[in-house]
This record gives sequence, C-alpha cells and structure tokens, in this order.
Amino acid sequence: MKTIPVSATVNGDAVEFLCAPDETLLDTLRDRLGLTGAKEGCGSGDCGACSVMLDGRVVCACLVLAAEAEGAEISTVEGLAQGERLHPLQRHFIDEAALQCGVCTPGILVAAKALLDRNPDPTDEEVRYWLAGNLCRCTGYDKIIRAVKSAAAEMRGDAR
Amino acid sequence: MRYEAPQTVEEAARLLHGAPAPARVLAGGTDLIVQMRSGVAEPALVVDIKRIAGTREIVAEDGGFRIGAAVPCAAMGEHAALCAAWPGIVEAANLIGSTQVQGRATIAGNLCNGSPAADSVPGLVAAGATARIAGPGGVRDCPVVDILAGPGRTTLAPDEFVVSLFLPARPPHAADAYLRFIPRTEMDIAVASAAVNVTLAGDGSVAKAQVALGAVAPTVRLVEAAGEALVGSRMDDGALDAMTVACRAACSPIDDKRGTVEFRIHVAGVLARRAALIAFNRAGGRT
Repeated sequence: MKTIPVSATVNGDAVEFLCAPDETLLDTLRDRLGLTGAKEGCGSGDCGACSVMLDGRVVCACLVLAAEAEGAEISTVEGLAQGERLHPLQRHFIDEAALQCGVCTPGILVAAKALLDRNPDPTDEEVRYWLAGNLCRCTGYDKIIRAVKSAAAEMRGDAR
Repeated sequence: MRYEAPQTVEEAARLLHGAPAPARVLAGGTDLIVQMRSGVAEPALVVDIKRIAGTREIVAEDGGFRIGAAVPCAAMGEHAALCAAWPGIVEAANLIGSTQVQGRATIAGNLCNGSPAADSVPGLVAAGATARIAGPGGVRDCPVVDILAGPGRTTLAPDEFVVSLFLPARPPHAADAYLRFIPRTEMDIAVASAAVNVTLAGDGSVAKAQVALGAVAPTVRLVEAAGEALVGSRMDDGALDAMTVACRAACSPIDDKRGTVEFRIHVAGVLARRAALIAFNRAGGRT
C-alpha cells in the first residue's frame, strides 16, 4: 500500500505525517502522533470514546480516514488544558467524580466542550441528547451531566 | 486499497469508471468506514468526494435547495432557511446516530447506503426530491424514489455517484414532518417510520399530500393512495382513517427482534397519522 503524506493542524500545531490509505485518524493520532487521549472503544462510531474535533465538528476519529485530514484543523483532549491549568470541564469532572475508569472521559470532555462552545447554558435534556453518543459503562451519567452543567455555570461566570 | 480525493465531478467519475471493482464513494464515512473496518466492504479504491466544489454546500436554487452530497446532517440543522422550508427532512437528518455521526453523516450517503430504515429517505421521497447523479456519460437527474432498489441496493451503476440532492421550491402553506419509532430515545434504527409532506389550498384544505413509509418494506415506500386520501380534507378523522388504512395496506415488513410484522404495520399507520397532523399544523392548517 502506498503511503499518503498529510499536512494538518493538531491542537494548534502544524503536523505532517505519512499514513496508509485505510488508516483511521484515530490510529494516526494514537500511534503516529503520540496522542493517546482519544480511545478506541467500539471502532464503529457507537461509543464516542474517540471523539475529536475536526474542522469545528465533533466526530468519531475511528470513522475518519487519516488521509481525509489533509488541511484539517483537529483538536483532541490533549489540547484542552493550558499547560498545567486544567480546563473548567476537566476540573469539574474531577470535583463531581464524573469518571471512574476514565476510558470514556477524553471523548466526553471533547464532546462537552463542543456543546458549551455552541450553547453555554444547556438544559439537562440538551446535555443528555448531545452526549448520547458517548457511552460510559461505570460512572453513571448523572455525575457527568452535573459536571458539564457546573463547568458551564463557571464558564458563564454565574455565581454559585 | 487506494484513496483518491478528486477536485472535480469529472475526475471522480473517471476514477470510478476506470477502477478495478470494487470501488466505493466516501462522503461522511459513517456507513462505509464501519463496513471497511468490519470486513463487509473491501474496496480496492475509495473516492472521497468532499474536495469537489459544491459537495459541502447547501445553496438556494430555483426557489428550492441543492444539498451537496457531502453536507453533514448537522449542517442542515444549522441552515435556517432549509429548516423553515423542509422541517421534516431536517428533523429526520438530525435523528441519525449521535452528535458525532451527525457531524459527518450525509443524507446522500443515507440514501446510497440503501437501508429500508434510512431516516432521511422517507422525507426525501415525500418531498419529491431528485438526486443529481454523475457517471462516465455526464450528469443526470433522477427522482430519489427511483434510486431505491432493496436492502443495501440502489439503481445506481457501479461507476455512478450522487453529487447533490435537490429539494423543490415550496408553495406557501406547505410543510413536512417525519416520525419514527425506536425503543429508546436516540441512537437507534427505525422500527417503522413515516414522512408526510402537505400543501394546503387557499381555503385551508389539503391540496396535495405525499406519504412515505420507512422500515416496513424492502425499500422506503411512497404510498400514493395515502396521500390521495388526505386531499380535500382538513385532516378530519375520516380522511386520517382512510390514510392510515392505505399506509397499512402498503406495508410488507420483516419480522425480527426489532419488531414483529403486526407491530410494524400498526405503528406505521399511527406514525403516518401523527406526522400528517404535524405537517398540516406546520403548514398553517387548522382542523
């Protein structure tokens, strides 16, 4: 198989890589670029553990070919914190104990940030529908919804 | 496998025509890449159509809308004029899979995947939508309903692909609606579904109606008799009863773990009735 050269932006940095034509963006991120935050859960777009941002939309990286990323802007959970300073979503996930094993967490953080960027004050129902494609098998969703909403309140500057 | 991302329709058509079988077209990838990863599809060539001009755009045309074959469903929901004119099609597109899937999945792909349960297809059929299809001989327009051939099959030739879908101009006082039954609230495949598209006359009665059903036959089915049953009515019970009977008579569903034959037939009628009322109210009708 002929490898394909790809230039893209990942978490604000210009990156170049070679990929196989049938290689997924998830495999490239994890195995070539060392960004192991996005996880492979199901590999069929059902679980959302591989959620990343691709040109402004949250997508399952397991259902994107790396070759499609030519010229694209990608961001992953690794781009959320600024140095040592965690993103409010990350802090509130810790404070609310919204994770146990953590496999689903990077995808949920990326998807939740995409929601709050569009809708800074979502209802419970809006959060639940938006995150319906992010499966968690151990925390239970209540804590996740609470963490997203309390992060949203902090980001809006609401007094609590 | 070879991956190509041509910049023009002609180049894409040439690649597909000259390709050693099997070749596959890639738009959103939410069906194709799943099939590739599970070994169901092993294409020798994948032609990504997203770099072709216009495939990622929704444009107004002749009073209607042309939706590029690579427009993700999420972008349809963000297009205010499209949502206002075709609320049923947009709501159907935004029921497909998760947020992540809607960021990639396309209604052209939903059509070409050939599922009888495809959520966006009943609305397209009820709308009288046409697909612009490119092939080695150039471009042709074909009603969406004539593309459906059976589970996983379309009438497209192996070297043809859909470039865009066209939703026709709307007269005033017209609207559509789509409903599906799934056993959960999201992230599932329709057990039965119905789309209804109505246009009202000046006196508020139904001038024209089209009803299409999903997941109750080998393809999405346009039920002409169901639409005709509504014409002239203000969605009174008699007209709705006649439409429901026509819908149920058009069903030939499978019996599986998702739903029995009897259940699917019954629910298809219920959904069509409810969708007809929603479309009628959206069009400004008053019973």
